[in-house]
Amino acid sequence: LTGRKRRVILEYFLNEQQKMIKSLARRIAEEKILPVRAELDEKEEFPWAIMKDLADADMFRVFIPEEYEGLGGGCLELCLVTEELSRACSGVAISYAASALGSFLLLEYGSEEQKRKYLPDIASGKRLAAFALTESTAGSDASAIRTTAERERGGYVINGTKQFITNGGEAEIYTVIALTDKTRGPRGASAFLIEKDTPGFSFGKKERKMGIRASSTRELIFRNCLVPEENMIGREGMGFIMTMRLLDKSRPGVGAQAVGLAQGALEAAVDYARNRVQFGHPIISLQAVQLMLADMAIQVEAARLLVYAAARTIDNGAKKFTEESAMAKVFASDTAMKVTTDAVQIFGGVGYMKDYPIEKMMRDAKITQIYEGSNQALRTAIASELRKRKGMQE
Amino acid sequence: VNIVVCIKQVPGTTEVKIDSQTNTLIREGIKNIINPFDTYALEEGVRIKERYGGKVIAISMGPPQAGEALREAISVGADEAILLSDSALAGADTLATANTLARAIDKLEPYDLIICGRQTVDGDTGQVGPELSEMLGIPFVAYVSKIEEIDGERMRVQRMIEEGHEVIEMPLPGVITVVKDINLPRLPSLRRLAKARSAVIPIWTPRELDIDKHAVGLSGSATKVIKIFSPQRVHRGDILQGDLEEQIERLIDKLKESEII
Repeated sequence: LTGRKRRVILEYFLNEQQKMIKSLARRIAEEKILPVRAELDEKEEFPWAIMKDLADADMFRVFIPEEYEGLGGGCLELCLVTEELSRACSGVAISYAASALGSFLLLEYGSEEQKRKYLPDIASGKRLAAFALTESTAGSDASAIRTTAERERGGYVINGTKQFITNGGEAEIYTVIALTDKTRGPRGASAFLIEKDTPGFSFGKKERKMGIRASSTRELIFRNCLVPEENMIGREGMGFIMTMRLLDKSRPGVGAQAVGLAQGALEAAVDYARNRVQFGHPIISLQAVQLMLADMAIQVEAARLLVYAAARTIDNGAKKFTEESAMAKVFASDTAMKVTTDAVQIFGGVGYMKDYPIEKMMRDAKITQIYEGSNQALRTAIASELRKRKGMQE
Repeated sequence: VNIVVCIKQVPGTTEVKIDSQTNTLIREGIKNIINPFDTYALEEGVRIKERYGGKVIAISMGPPQAGEALREAISVGADEAILLSDSALAGADTLATANTLARAIDKLEPYDLIICGRQTVDGDTGQVGPELSEMLGIPFVAYVSKIEEIDGERMRVQRMIEEGHEVIEMPLPGVITVVKDINLPRLPSLRRLAKARSAVIPIWTPRELDIDKHAVGLSGSATKVIKIFSPQRVHRGDILQGDLEEQIERLIDKLKESEII
């Protein structure tokens, strides 16, 4: 604590509550996550203690409406928390954000009864949520899912295996997409709330990953799992449409994860460059290093602004925001990959070693270009919107 | 259990610089914090409340900006806060501070327990806690490291001593000071931060306390600070050169020179 006031670079137009959320999330990241991030990464250990700290600090409340014991924030508030957590550890950040992802369909399309039943527990952090779409045959082509939900007396019988599910095994409330009508393709998918410990629902292998290793990524296995009728979210056949909208809404969150990661890498690189002496001077006095750092800073700031703008567009009730949200995710994740790679470069040999946090950041960054829509698939989506509106700004 | 926790706002740094012209602390650019030992007192108060019920009132004497420390106290679990602030209260030593705090605590509704940190990091005296118990005429235990049990009329605590710890039973109401081993203070929550931001913190002056202005502040102090200074850097000593024989010879010469041998 030097007591020096941080120079405000840009006006982000955050209100008092948003500033409070960001600053408390930063404090948790620095006091609780930083000391254990290397160990969590090394051991691939789910950060339960930190989830408890986040719950105690009301962080799971920020994206839940007040009537369900939340604080009434939206996409931007979720992004602020995710960004700050990711600045210290992206694996922890995504474990937190995945609970929001798992509750989005419920928030938007759930019945009053469903919301009353599940949202307060998600808000208090008592139970984590997760979202399950991906299968071995269905990645970018989400319509290729094979998990089925067959109607039976009193409910639906679920059969199939979900793959790469974030918070798998740790979450207690799962939003699962399954086919209620195999003949109708995407129009035959529906969404279900399935609780952990439902008979016929078990967990498969836990994946060993390149990065975000503190997070849990696991298979969900459904074998004749009977789910009560009242656990369907929205109408039958709406599963796919709801999911596309959910992902449009959640992508700025991945962008925020990427921004936090890039910010953390930038800070580490500047710090290292100020202290590392070569040729008799700190390497930050070398123009080659200065140009790299300046480019990193420009990209991080631009990514942050795009993420905040996309999040605000969503919170302001925009009807369609596929393009804006994809732009935020693509730009921020490409930035995170570039900035963490350059940060390792500035660290040089030690940056490649596990004793320094920077190689972890580079490993963590890669996934942000892949999940919740690969950057290539999203660029295609952006291009298709461009084509429709002839490239004009409306 | 109704608990009063006494806190003090202190400069948030261990490297306080002193203005040699005015003999006062240079506070510019230094962030104020709750005295770290007081955060343990506060946390313990909140934990006792959570275990046995009751409420926690945080109290502080200081300039108006000490209200920020009290807001922070509310953000980590205090139910109410009171600030004792007035120009007449300035310059108080530990006696005048304890006197003012005692008067304020007397004005509160019946209390069971008063908790203070073991000492402040700026004054470092550790006197206010024990003085407070004298003035209120209630028992005192210092350096408490664990609250074992409270049964309404008495409480059993562990206190740190050099060789280990003592288990002491004390009647209530009483005063304790706590050490940092007693707990790990919690972080605030968003809902508590919102509560802290909107909390109304009453300011009590000598008039509200019904206390003579001469019994408080600088005039009520038994001690006066004559001078504050940074210790001079001590001469670092001579490093003897040469081989072992030469060094021994020079050392003997020096010792003889200074008439030590």
